[in-house]
Amino acid sequence: MEFTFFAAGIVALATTARVITCANPVHALLYLITSMLALAIDFYALGAAFAAVLEVVVYAGAIMVLFVFVVMMLNLNNETVAREKSWLRPQLWAGPAAAAGLLLLALLWALIFGGIEYGGIAGNELAAREVGMNLFGPYVLVVELAAFLLLATLVVAAHIGRDDTDHVSDAAARGERVTTNVRESR
Amino acid sequence: MNELSMVYGMGLAALLFLLGFIGVVIRRNTLFVLMCLEIMINAAGLAFIVAGARWSSPDGNTMFILIIAVAAAEAAIGLGLLLQLQKRFRTIDIDAASEMHG
Repeated sequence: MEFTFFAAGIVALATTARVITCANPVHALLYLITSMLALAIDFYALGAAFAAVLEVVVYAGAIMVLFVFVVMMLNLNNETVAREKSWLRPQLWAGPAAAAGLLLLALLWALIFGGIEYGGIAGNELAAREVGMNLFGPYVLVVELAAFLLLATLVVAAHIGRDDTDHVSDAAARGERVTTNVRESR
Repeated sequence: MNELSMVYGMGLAALLFLLGFIGVVIRRNTLFVLMCLEIMINAAGLAFIVAGARWSSPDGNTMFILIIAVAAAEAAIGLGLLLQLQKRFRTIDIDAASEMHG
């Protein structure tokens, strides 16, 4: 019953190889999302259904949306309409769509023929209940540390991502010397 | 779960980590470097999941949740740095920021 694991693993390796060889960021992002879906099916085949759901929702959902936002923010000056039209060509999404179709076949195969074992390697399924009790039992200090980490990330991202063009234009209006060096302007 | 399957799972995690590392080394576009860092973090998470499935322990999934938190933090700060790089140097080539010549 290891077919699902190997099929999803091969899809994950192939799409990841395409990510690091792609020239176009949008192509690479599509392949990266497909690779994460393949890894989610691998988690599912290993019995970690909760981790598979988290992989799809948080990784392929939230973190990849950050990347898509940044790709869209980086080049706003080009002729946008022609680029949008060129992004809708089939050869852009045909590869990731084919890989995702393979994943769907593997998942259906596991669900139809796998039975109680989910077509997986492991027999034991780890549900969210055990993970939650573990997380807020012996690992509660690590959860607090993760909270510190995320708070620090919020502060750092708000500091790095700030838009200080207003200060520069104000200084220029007052006739002061405008410094672009980060260390001096601070 | 037998020993052989754990070898395959760990091998898949190692190959994915290697692919991400190769990407970090060969690409100079900062966006691709960040994507390859995500691949490496994801491979580490896969290793934890495989180990957790091997010993039927929820510790692997617990560590995976914390790895997701670390990956989200890394993506947020890295993409913020990428936007600043684009704003200051008008390029996202990571070699443009090598002013220290380390």
